[in-house]
Amino acid sequence: MKSNDVILQTTTKVVLFIILAFSVFIFFNGHHEPGGGFIGGLMTASAIVLLMLAYDLEMVKRILPFDFKVVTAAGLLVAIGTGLGSFLFGVPFLSQTFDYFTFPVLGELELATALLFDIGVYLVVVGVTLTIIQTIGEDQ
Amino acid sequence: MLSLSVNEISGLIIGIIVFLGSVLSLISAIGLVRLPDIYTRSHAATKSATLSVLCILFGLFLFFTVIKDYVSARILLGIVFVFITAPVGGHLISRAAYHSGVSLWESSIHDELNGKKDKQHTSS
Repeated sequence: MKSNDVILQTTTKVVLFIILAFSVFIFFNGHHEPGGGFIGGLMTASAIVLLMLAYDLEMVKRILPFDFKVVTAAGLLVAIGTGLGSFLFGVPFLSQTFDYFTFPVLGELELATALLFDIGVYLVVVGVTLTIIQTIGEDQ
Repeated sequence: MLSLSVNEISGLIIGIIVFLGSVLSLISAIGLVRLPDIYTRSHAATKSATLSVLCILFGLFLFFTVIKDYVSARILLGIVFVFITAPVGGHLISRAAYHSGVSLWESSIHDELNGKKDKQHTSS
């Protein structure tokens, strides 16, 4: 029997953007308020899992043609790269700094190098979660 | 004559909204215990629980906006999100129950999906 998932799929199309926007918000909010790379990555991964539930694995693989193991590796490389970058300035491994910059539209923002490390955490969390889900979900 | 400031009056209104939300939540819980089958229960659990969460979140939003002077878009986003997703969750649970053969309450007299389900079985 062909199942009719039109309510779930239509709702997913709307809700997916709310979840993704909120995950980005939480990711950038993590320096001064609750949030950060881990929870933002988990929320992005859960949005993609919702897409997998409403549609199917092949559809998601067509939309996001990444190998998520490579995403994990890229996240680890970014994290290590931010650690190694501190050697360029002659300070110990993983030293962090921040400064204030003025942007044309956004105004004055605080940019910290901890954000780059958080991008690594984000990519690792998304990659690991989706690798686990895809490996469990697909048929042998 | 009792004189109230703006904050006290709005605090009273916010208290009423939050109390209404919690009472609706209690009614939803009672409905979950008292109703006979899964379809009436999901009716109670999705409708009144959604409205109770919306009331409580709206009271929270008003509290932070009026009294604490902090407009939180996250709460509005939460209201929209719960309003969209909770009925869909109830729909999916009821549909999964129907397709896995959970029987209706014995006093139910009408089952519109029954004929359609048989027709789909014979056609496929």
